[in-house]
Amino acid sequence: MIKYFLRRLALTLPTFVALMFVTFVMIRLVPGDPVEVRTGERGIAPERLAQLRHEMGLDQPIWKQFVDYVVGLLHGDFGTSLVTSEKVLTEFSVLFPATIELSLCAMLFAVLIGVPAGVIAAVKRGGPFDHGVMGASVIGFSMPIFWWGLLLIMLVSERWGLTPVSGRLDPIKFYFDSVTGFMLIDSILSGQEGAFLDAVQHLILPTIVLGTIPLAVIARITRSSMLEVLSEDYVRTARAKGLSPFRVIGLHALRNAMIPVVTSIGLQIGTLLAGAVLTETIFSWPGVGKWLIESIARRDYPALQGGIMLISSIVIMVNLLVDVMYGAINPRLRHAR
Amino acid sequence: MPADTAVPAGAAARPAAPQSPLAEFWSSFTENRGAVFGMVILVLIALTAVFADLIAPYSPIEQFRDFTKLPPVWDDGGNWRFPLGTDALGRDTLSRLIHGARISLFIGLSVMVVSVVIGVCLGLVAAFAGGTVDSVIMRVMDLIIAVPSLVLCILVVAVLGPSLPNTIWAVTIVYLPRYVRLVRASALSEIGKDYVTAARVVGAGRLRLMFVTVLPNCIAPLIVQAALGVSDAILEAAALGFLGLGAQPPTPEWGSMLADSREFIRSDPWIVTLPGLAILITVVSINLMGDGLRDALDPKLKRS
Repeated sequence: MIKYFLRRLALTLPTFVALMFVTFVMIRLVPGDPVEVRTGERGIAPERLAQLRHEMGLDQPIWKQFVDYVVGLLHGDFGTSLVTSEKVLTEFSVLFPATIELSLCAMLFAVLIGVPAGVIAAVKRGGPFDHGVMGASVIGFSMPIFWWGLLLIMLVSERWGLTPVSGRLDPIKFYFDSVTGFMLIDSILSGQEGAFLDAVQHLILPTIVLGTIPLAVIARITRSSMLEVLSEDYVRTARAKGLSPFRVIGLHALRNAMIPVVTSIGLQIGTLLAGAVLTETIFSWPGVGKWLIESIARRDYPALQGGIMLISSIVIMVNLLVDVMYGAINPRLRHAR
Repeated sequence: MPADTAVPAGAAARPAAPQSPLAEFWSSFTENRGAVFGMVILVLIALTAVFADLIAPYSPIEQFRDFTKLPPVWDDGGNWRFPLGTDALGRDTLSRLIHGARISLFIGLSVMVVSVVIGVCLGLVAAFAGGTVDSVIMRVMDLIIAVPSLVLCILVVAVLGPSLPNTIWAVTIVYLPRYVRLVRASALSEIGKDYVTAARVVGAGRLRLMFVTVLPNCIAPLIVQAALGVSDAILEAAALGFLGLGAQPPTPEWGSMLADSREFIRSDPWIVTLPGLAILITVVSINLMGDGLRDALDPKLKRS
């Protein structure tokens, strides 16, 4: 088991190295001089310019810059934002909990609705419910979520006034320091009346928007995996033994049908983070996705570089973890190529 | 769609059927009502795109300053001169949507063609060369997969600058790994088979082995993937357009039309609703058709 883990880990190493290289090269290919971004377009004295270049290490030979960059990364230094002069890692870790909170809620939403919908669709195969679920899942899967978000804001927030339009909390009614970074937890800890409810209201629409595509995928996979399992011999045996349909489906079939579903959840981490960029932009959700887009607009390339490095590393590690967990569950995979 | 050309090859891998391969494909494709429905809609959209100049009542960038932000005809204050209303600059929404179909389909198809061509070559090379070449190609693909798709697109666009061709490149790079992995995997499973060995013994060259002997037998899953790839590319490009990183104004790209109209969601909901609906309908019809292709071409992948 440990050997398997180490081998998988070793396989990701070249990916990490390549990632460092690509993010490093990218910042040098981007049009515009980083020093200029920092000083503005009016220009400054040449001596000051040289000094700034020296401070930022830009007067070093290119290979030395790369080595410095890698050494920095290995020490947890992901660069410094040109705009705020904060460490990228610091900014990232403040914003990341907001993205995780949103992503977790979206995934939970997708699983809680998608799995039962898929199971019922499989059991009532060919019926109106099945057709409904399959039709809805094609639409959900094809949804341009940035438009879906605007549509929901238009209906739910503007016309019906049910939820707030943007942000994580009403800044006029509530204020408290962030403890965990997760608004749902912080709002309870703050002890302010109504804060938790307000946080939940802010979460509803972004959760639905980000969860729509995973929901469609999960409902579909659950349905087809359930159909496959339901035709297995052991399910027939369980039925023949006279077990109630609820036990057969809920206990015997569902457990095995969930394996592909769990895989697909692991594989969707990247999709979820990509979707978070759009969702956060639409709802002004202060997470890393919105921050990345703003970094481009502000031409804050170190932030972009560090942010992409961090997000990609997280995706690689999560995928590795999913893989290894599979190896633990299913020994056959350990020896596969 | 490339289906017609490739069907005989895909079907040839199966044991001889009483029906001609094309007829067999067609009968199993038309069994799926959703797929036929998707195909009909898609053909309509494609015709709209091709004949955009003839169908569209106005130029997509012509501004009618006296008629800004008109609602569609079925809403109060609509005007038959502009059936779907106008945007903030007085441009006819219907004309912009019609021309937008051309742009979106162009993006989708170009991304698909370029990534299939490059993907097939890289995948076959990886499968046939093995060793270091294989590892390098696959590690690069791992890298591309590791970065969330939209984030990678944004990165590429940041380097190249926002424009329509750069959108196509960015999305192509992001979707390349699927094709490479798919082709490599199916080529690897074919390479060991007797007919390949036979061709090799007869003296077929490497290129012939790759493209003439093995490739036709990998093509069925490739077609399915390519069809679904078109819809993903359209969505991704629209997302880039929405973020202001895709086609630049005044190009009537659906995603950037949405971005332009964002500030009007309170006052003029139609300006926001219609471009998104156009994206949704196009993508749904391609996905429905892709599902039908999958069922017809690739019985192994068939979703019961």
